[in-house]
Amino acid sequence: MEEWNLSLAPENAAHVQLKKKYELFINGEFQKPFSNKYFETVNPATEQAIALVAEANEKDVDQAMKAAAEAYKPWSKLSGAERGKYIYRIARMIQEKSREFAVIESLDGGKPIRESRDIDIPLAAAHFFYYAGWADKLEYAFPMRKPQSLGVAAQIIPWNFPLLMAAWKIAPALACGNTVVLKPAETTPLTALKLAEVIQEAGLPQGVVNIITGAGKTGAEMCAHPIPNKLAFTGSTEVGKLVYKAALSGNKKVTLELGGKAADIIFDDAPIDATIEGIINGIYFNQGHVCCAGSRLFVQETVYEEILVKLKKRMNTLIVGDPMDKNTDIGAINSKEQLDVINRYLKIGRAEGAEIYQPNCKMPELGNWCPPTLFTNVAQSNRISQEEIFGPVLAIQTFRTIEEVIDKANNTPFGLSAGVWTDKGSKIFQLTKALKAGVIWANTFNKFDPTSPFGGYKESGFGREGGVHGLDAYLKFD
Amino acid sequence: MNAEQLLSGFKPTPVDLMGVNDRIIRIKSRSIKTHAKNQGLSMVLSMIDLTTLEGADTPNKVRQLCYKAMHPQDQLKGVPSVAAVCVYPTLVKTAKDALKGSDVKVAAVSTYFPSGQSTLENKLLETQFAIDEGADEIDMVISRREFLQGNYEYVLYEILEVKSLCSANNVRLKVILETGEIGSLDEVRKASDIALLAHPDFIKTSTGKIGQAANMQVTLVMLQAIWDHYQKTGVQVGMKPAGGISDAKTALHYLVMVKEVLGQEWLSNKWFRFGASRLANDVLMQMAKQESGIYQAPQYFSKD
Amino acid sequence: MTRLKIHKTYKIFIGGKFPRTESGRYYPINNAKGEPVANMCQSSKKDFKNAVVAARKAQGGWVGMTAYNRSQILYRLAEMLETRSASFIEELNVLGLSKKAAEKEVNASIDRLVYYAGWCDKYTALFSSVNPTATSHFNFSVHEPTGIVAAIAPEKSSLLGLVSVIAPVIAGGNSVIALASETKATSSISFAEVVQNSDVPAGVISILTGSASELMPHMASHMDVNSLVDARGEMKAAELNITNNVKRYLNWANKVSNQDPYLILDCQEVKTTWHPVQTNAASGAGY
Repeated sequence: MEEWNLSLAPENAAHVQLKKKYELFINGEFQKPFSNKYFETVNPATEQAIALVAEANEKDVDQAMKAAAEAYKPWSKLSGAERGKYIYRIARMIQEKSREFAVIESLDGGKPIRESRDIDIPLAAAHFFYYAGWADKLEYAFPMRKPQSLGVAAQIIPWNFPLLMAAWKIAPALACGNTVVLKPAETTPLTALKLAEVIQEAGLPQGVVNIITGAGKTGAEMCAHPIPNKLAFTGSTEVGKLVYKAALSGNKKVTLELGGKAADIIFDDAPIDATIEGIINGIYFNQGHVCCAGSRLFVQETVYEEILVKLKKRMNTLIVGDPMDKNTDIGAINSKEQLDVINRYLKIGRAEGAEIYQPNCKMPELGNWCPPTLFTNVAQSNRISQEEIFGPVLAIQTFRTIEEVIDKANNTPFGLSAGVWTDKGSKIFQLTKALKAGVIWANTFNKFDPTSPFGGYKESGFGREGGVHGLDAYLKFD
Repeated sequence: MNAEQLLSGFKPTPVDLMGVNDRIIRIKSRSIKTHAKNQGLSMVLSMIDLTTLEGADTPNKVRQLCYKAMHPQDQLKGVPSVAAVCVYPTLVKTAKDALKGSDVKVAAVSTYFPSGQSTLENKLLETQFAIDEGADEIDMVISRREFLQGNYEYVLYEILEVKSLCSANNVRLKVILETGEIGSLDEVRKASDIALLAHPDFIKTSTGKIGQAANMQVTLVMLQAIWDHYQKTGVQVGMKPAGGISDAKTALHYLVMVKEVLGQEWLSNKWFRFGASRLANDVLMQMAKQESGIYQAPQYFSKD
Repeated sequence: MTRLKIHKTYKIFIGGKFPRTESGRYYPINNAKGEPVANMCQSSKKDFKNAVVAARKAQGGWVGMTAYNRSQILYRLAEMLETRSASFIEELNVLGLSKKAAEKEVNASIDRLVYYAGWCDKYTALFSSVNPTATSHFNFSVHEPTGIVAAIAPEKSSLLGLVSVIAPVIAGGNSVIALASETKATSSISFAEVVQNSDVPAGVISILTGSASELMPHMASHMDVNSLVDARGEMKAAELNITNNVKRYLNWANKVSNQDPYLILDCQEVKTTWHPVQTNAASGAGY
């Protein structure tokens, strides 16, 4: 009998409206950059340029900041309820255009359409919807503290969840009465620019949200600018430290959501099949471009063999390839640069004596690809178990006792997230108490919700996004 | 080994409902198009146990069903016959005669289906009768009465007895767990593990006689049990979700589940079946649509 | 020739449908000049009973939805009311409100729905607690809806008053059976049409018209009602059989002109869960 394999199931992209060239979104309008420079944004699955995007220089940043400062005056005086209604509008319009957003997200960033369609875009809309409701309720969140807006927030977001990170940043900032200058990552600017169109269509007052594009230099200009009262950054720990420094010298409020190297801990009393699914979701979600990815797997020795066999079997069913195919599980690596980083770590892992496993999957010729990868025979002292790889690469270690695993899990400069798998509730709570991480998932992994705060300990940053605690980042108090 | 020996050291395997749901969301997000769809639909049809299990069943009704089983839709090209016709023991002979010359098997429900509320002696007598009448396959029910009281040894003992009777007569055995009556997914897993110790040919979800029949959660847990059993013993056991699956799209997602959890080796009617009566026509409608590109209406498909 | 206008038949709203009252009785609604403009159903004890059955059937599904989903449905109600605001303004105008006052009432009603839509997925985060017990336990308290709430809506404000009673009750996951303003019930029943055209599951909101004094004793005594909201402050609670199933009596006469999350909490229970936390230190110390 002929083997049964899934046929191609491409998502229809014909309905998507993309411009050839994108200007800067400043003061409610798309404006040509003073720099007169544009850069290409590339589809990482085909290596084809999708559009030209303006590069904001110092003057452009200045103009955006001034527009935000000007807009702040009336915006901050608007009642919370009216502010909220604008944000609700944005939420609804993202929902209306969700398929278009999803397709653009996958074209520009390489993530599978299944994820952009089912996770990124609905969550982004939900985030706006959630924070819209806070705009007129801040007094209840901070009783006796007179919460007040800060002013202008400069926000810099990464390329792994482009629209979702824009939502995480913009929604609470607006709900709290601030205005915003946001810069998406240079490899994935398109959904943020589409969001700018939505914001325009929603009739948000001019200058309340400004979206400018560019690379690290533009970001540095934003941080150094005197106007913003707040810097919000999501990205690497390395850059995060620079942002922090700029915030300190400019006396600005700051929140940082940085790297991670999460421990995902498997006890032998765990529901094993669910655990396998959780491990897969923990590390191979979004090509492993996830700061909270469960990249360090700790397996109790008694179930190590079983976990390994099942994990490999599940990995063999993962489909790597065209992000626009509805059946793709692992899409394209976001950029050539990132692929180089990942490949460098694969080399390091081998050199360190770790054993590598990759399923034998067909990958397209053009584009940036990395199959799901796991390393066994790994020690805590290996670089692949210490450093953030930001790719679909899992490092597996074994442990014997609960004390040992707590010790090892916390033995890292990062502290963003962790996972615990066991059927025993009291063990879960022992772990959630002992682990030094901002988010701990028990018998699940990589779950996000607008109502739930997210953020890290230690070098994973500080401040929380999401939930009541996410408001704090955009308010000052008497 | 007897039931007691087989069960010594038995350890329940925990199942997490939310984890099961997460896995199923992934399976249901698989998009089955073009060639894969044609191939899948044909496979689904060939895996159906076309079933009639009513007090009102008569020989004529069964004969009509048998014709449908062999000729699901002659107007369409390349339509396979179904896997089996599933009837009560007293109608096995009728079915056997009607199906003469075809590959379609006759399955008989047995062991005081659907309740199983009788003595083992009676259950064996009934099974022997069905076999004597010509049944190729026996669909037995486990004793939920004993399972729910924790008497796992007796549950296994009964299965072993029926199994040895079937083996002696070269008849394949399906063990129905009636998952809708035994509680949570943890219990489904436990019942699966117990049944698997007897090395039946299939484990099966439901009788179709109570409200809650097969669903994807239960099927996934049973498939996982089959896989673990296969890993441990090397013995391949088949799976039959029964009842409640009536549309082709869902059936195709079941096949995706089988393929991803167990593998290609299970994708034939030797190792996977659907217990269903309405499913066949929806599959035929989809096949006709695939061939013509035109959406179909039910009145063009025969009801038997 | 002038065209003869079609009059609307106002019926009651139970379980997502618009039946006539089973009693067959009616009463007239008059405009500002005292002329009759519509006939309303004079709901009976039996109508109320039917509404309770529908409410109970619906409540499990309603509270089972995610808070985000409930939030979106309340927002949907606001959207639907907004698109029909002109007809509501006209209807309130007929009852004697100036155009301006009517517009204000309709706008405030829309905004109030948006306000409570926002609370659906927020109030638990603010009012729940993690309790630092002296033993090694993870102990937390959360709110849960009480279940079925029977409510007597304000008499004077037939739209804003009604919305102000319904919204906090359903935002918290309850089902509600509201008795509309007796003399101004037309816009209350029109609001029921908005409810039916939103995504509110059938039975979560029922709206009856008729006499409070007639229905009050039945609302008070029904054994499957969990809380009783009295937004007119007219109920003589002590004289009614509220105690039979220890249902909560909530006097909202002075509360519904405002909006606040404490109205949501009024119709909530508090549930506390204890779970051990494995610890290597000796537990139970500290007493």
